[in-house]
Amino acid sequence: MLLTDTQRDMLDGKYGKGKAMAARILTAVGESFRAVRLVPVTRVHVSLSAQGADIWFAEKMVQAGAVCAVAPTVNPGYSVCYFKSRSMLSPDAEENMKRTEDAYRSLGASLTYSCTPYLNENIPIRGEITAFSETSATIFVNSVIGAKTNRESAATALCAAITGFTPEYGMLLDDNRFADTAVYVEADMRDDFSYSLLGMMGKKIGKGIPVFLNLPVDPTTEQLIALGTQLNVSGSYEMFHIPGITPGSPTPEAASGYKPPRHTVTITQQDLDGLREDYAASNKTPAEFVMLGCPHYTYEQVLKVNEFMKSRLAVIPVWILTSRHVITLARSLGVYDELKRKNVQMIADTCIDESPVWGFLSGKTGLSDSPKCAYYMASFQAHINVMSTECCLEHAVKGGT
Amino acid sequence: MARFYPCKTISPGNAQGEAVISSEEILFYFTDPATGRITEHGHCLEGQSIAGKILVFPGGKGSSVVQADGLYKLEQSGMQPAGLIVQNLDTVLVSAAVIMEIPMVCEVPDSLCLALENGMTVKINTDENTIELPD
Repeated sequence: MLLTDTQRDMLDGKYGKGKAMAARILTAVGESFRAVRLVPVTRVHVSLSAQGADIWFAEKMVQAGAVCAVAPTVNPGYSVCYFKSRSMLSPDAEENMKRTEDAYRSLGASLTYSCTPYLNENIPIRGEITAFSETSATIFVNSVIGAKTNRESAATALCAAITGFTPEYGMLLDDNRFADTAVYVEADMRDDFSYSLLGMMGKKIGKGIPVFLNLPVDPTTEQLIALGTQLNVSGSYEMFHIPGITPGSPTPEAASGYKPPRHTVTITQQDLDGLREDYAASNKTPAEFVMLGCPHYTYEQVLKVNEFMKSRLAVIPVWILTSRHVITLARSLGVYDELKRKNVQMIADTCIDESPVWGFLSGKTGLSDSPKCAYYMASFQAHINVMSTECCLEHAVKGGT
Repeated sequence: MARFYPCKTISPGNAQGEAVISSEEILFYFTDPATGRITEHGHCLEGQSIAGKILVFPGGKGSSVVQADGLYKLEQSGMQPAGLIVQNLDTVLVSAAVIMEIPMVCEVPDSLCLALENGMTVKINTDENTIELPD
């Protein structure tokens, strides 16, 4: 790789051991993918997880004296405050999160603990070179905002934050960003859940960059988040195109770089209904909780829940995981308390994939509108029945049967 | 006579061990850190240990968090593979190997794939960018 003098000095340790280690990792990644150079990044998001390798790597960087050149935002772990005040936090879990927090604070990260940074805390613009780990964020930033990021790991994103550089390969190069798979959607895309189901069609769509055709002209932010998130549960996608939505893709032809697609796929109503039926067939009863907010709910989604619950009361706990930003707004506008009276709790800073705080749900059955939530909570034996948000809430009101 | 094959170094280090060949992609999260065995249900290596072995496989899979965490847990218990020979690269796999300092190479010739069998001794030499099959 061709390095600038500054980058060479960084690699040689002139800026300290930590930056040298980070630069070494990035050049190794760059050379693997035949990157020609390291380019500056102006925004970074790190998929912090508070799990073993995450803490180990962050602490290793702290010990080597690393400080971030670009302050990254970070993914949620779990809220010590929320769970401790309800006696739901073991001393080990508290210690674990504290170590994570101390390490990332020393590195100079912004401790935002949100998995939707592109909505509030860390908003790229079109064409900006970024390093966003967290698969649901990577795909949103590429596909909806039109900024550029590879599908970073937590470690490579942190190295990009520490050095201020990222190797130029993959999605950073315009030629690699065109769609190669035309996906005709011949199904009723009536609600957010339909977009989640469409995202779960990865097996049929296949590898590559899909362009979705024949979608309604006005999908919402929440629907685009759901589509990108679930595409990375059913497969591995860095980007999708929707003509008229994706920057630089006003038409299907522009989306695929004026070349014919390599594959053409049709997703039918039957495909989506079949998946709905599969979910229904694997439902278990009784459901003892509802888990919403994977990815973190937007304020709009919180308001919809509040509207639905207006003259109702949940008889099993309903949790909404969201960003501190949204909670602050909900608190100041009274929505937080209204929901609380309906047995709906908003929780900040927390991910569904954190067994130190959700481990007590092991062996139990819950409901969620997110296939991703079901996938990850299965890792600690919590079974999730997947259905639309409205169905989740109806069950919560009726008693989970 | 020992046979030598070229390769491209991804994560530096010299390693020697018995070959374990996987026809399927690997997520290190689905291994048992106590034994180094693959635990993924239905995987072609299910129940087989990769500890101290030279793992030959098509590539990685799974999310950014769990791949690194799986390899980390294996290393903590000393059950990590000695070296990795991989066909397809992804950012997560590359960074995990580099950070955990596990030798990894790619771009090996088809002739090596034809000559390789499970249980053969394999040497990875990233100083020379070679893979050796000793006598």
